[in-house]
Amino acid sequence: MIEIRCLVKKFPHKDKQGKDSFRTAVDNLSLSIGSGEVFGLLGPNGAGKTTTIRMLTMQTKPTSGNILYDGVEVEGHEVEIKSLIGVVPQHVNFDQDLTVGENMELHGRLHHLTAPERRQRIAELLDYVELSEVVNDGVRRLSGGMKRRLLIARALIHHPRILFMDEPTVALDPQVRRRIWELVRQMASGGVTVFLTTHYIEEAEALCDRVAILSKGKLMAVDSPAHLRDNFQEANLEEVFLKLTEEKAGRGGA
Amino acid sequence: MGRILADIGTVFWRDWIVLRRRLVKFILSRMVAPVLYLVAFGWGLGRSIQVESGSYLDFLVPGILALNSMNISFNSITPVHAERVYHKSLEEYIIAPIWPDAFVIGKVLAAVLRGLISSAIILLLAGAFGANFSFSPLFLLVLVLNCVVFAEIGFLAAMKLSTYETMAQVNTYILLPMSFLCGTFFKTAALPEGIRHFIELLPLTHTSILLRALSAGEALPWLSLMVLLAYAFLCFWLGRRAFRQLTC
Repeated sequence: MIEIRCLVKKFPHKDKQGKDSFRTAVDNLSLSIGSGEVFGLLGPNGAGKTTTIRMLTMQTKPTSGNILYDGVEVEGHEVEIKSLIGVVPQHVNFDQDLTVGENMELHGRLHHLTAPERRQRIAELLDYVELSEVVNDGVRRLSGGMKRRLLIARALIHHPRILFMDEPTVALDPQVRRRIWELVRQMASGGVTVFLTTHYIEEAEALCDRVAILSKGKLMAVDSPAHLRDNFQEANLEEVFLKLTEEKAGRGGA
Repeated sequence: MGRILADIGTVFWRDWIVLRRRLVKFILSRMVAPVLYLVAFGWGLGRSIQVESGSYLDFLVPGILALNSMNISFNSITPVHAERVYHKSLEEYIIAPIWPDAFVIGKVLAAVLRGLISSAIILLLAGAFGANFSFSPLFLLVLVLNCVVFAEIGFLAAMKLSTYETMAQVNTYILLPMSFLCGTFFKTAALPEGIRHFIELLPLTHTSILLRALSAGEALPWLSLMVLLAYAFLCFWLGRRAFRQLTC
């Protein structure tokens, strides 16, 4: 279980007068995500989704607030918690000098898998994402869809209990997107908690048990897609999303 | 402790397999500059120069070793800058359950290995050119220490600088002047006093002093060894701090 309490992240920036100031990327966010849940974080560009994932995965420290995994505070327990999580980043961040297999091997070593475990998992996962054929190819040679599938395979090598996926299907064609949805469903049915960010509403509707809608760093709503539709009396989640994010944008601009 | 060593080993392993794949190219490319230095300054210019110890070539070899191991160690670690800024592949280490210092140590060790391979090439070439020098375990230790210091400086630059252009400027404005002024081609005593005091604060000057003394079989300049050790500890501390600050 992930518990997020009053999370705030501010970045230094220059204001219109050129003076040093702070921009609030995530503003007092509190959430609970249950074990085995597929949880979606929705929001327009710049809403704070990636910053939230980066704080949850210990890539950046919150300005204030707390993050707890199974009741354990992240601060001071980073190494133990990192071994429980897998991360599929929004951008492709493979080691460009390594092959597909070597990138997997590096991840396995970083997660302290033994050599036989690494061999087995690399073979299993590359088979799972249908990339066994390219194990000895450089990662630069892969297509966009293959890179996305490899990112997922790499993140799963150490059997993470929680998988963070930041915009996992961005800029992919519908076939590859459906294939990734299928992978997410398989992982969730295997008991993995999935926390994903997306700005594709249909993706959130298709995959998530619950969604949270963020706008300008603030939490606007959190519930199951069906409850959100009912509560806001809209025919689909997209209308709810537009209602909440446009209201916020309107208020922000006033 | 075993886990920490394994983490260092993993970081080193990644650089080793990349180096192993390019070893022949690496060795050939590392021969160009030392051959040119030895031909131009050792054979060409050096024949008309006499130094206290005798042959200029013998005087030159420790200087070339110092400057070459500096350049190779520094530049071997600069791809970490691209990994951080452009490829973002450093994130893989940041999200991994490893001791953060293992990353710094593993990267520095890999750069030291490259620096030492390059130094071995120079020693072989210098022998082929007829240079006389005395090689000892202490000589090797100083070479390792020089590689460590400049790999750590390279690591710090890779963590702190934001663009590829600024990384290149470190070479132009810091390493290149040091290559020529830090007692590599001539003794620092020949420099004007104000400049000499500044140059004698720099680590490469102390490497040149140490290697030259050890090569000639003279007593160990302890002060220079202490200065290099101090640089090694300071630069490691700054590098580990800079790596940890990536998550702030």
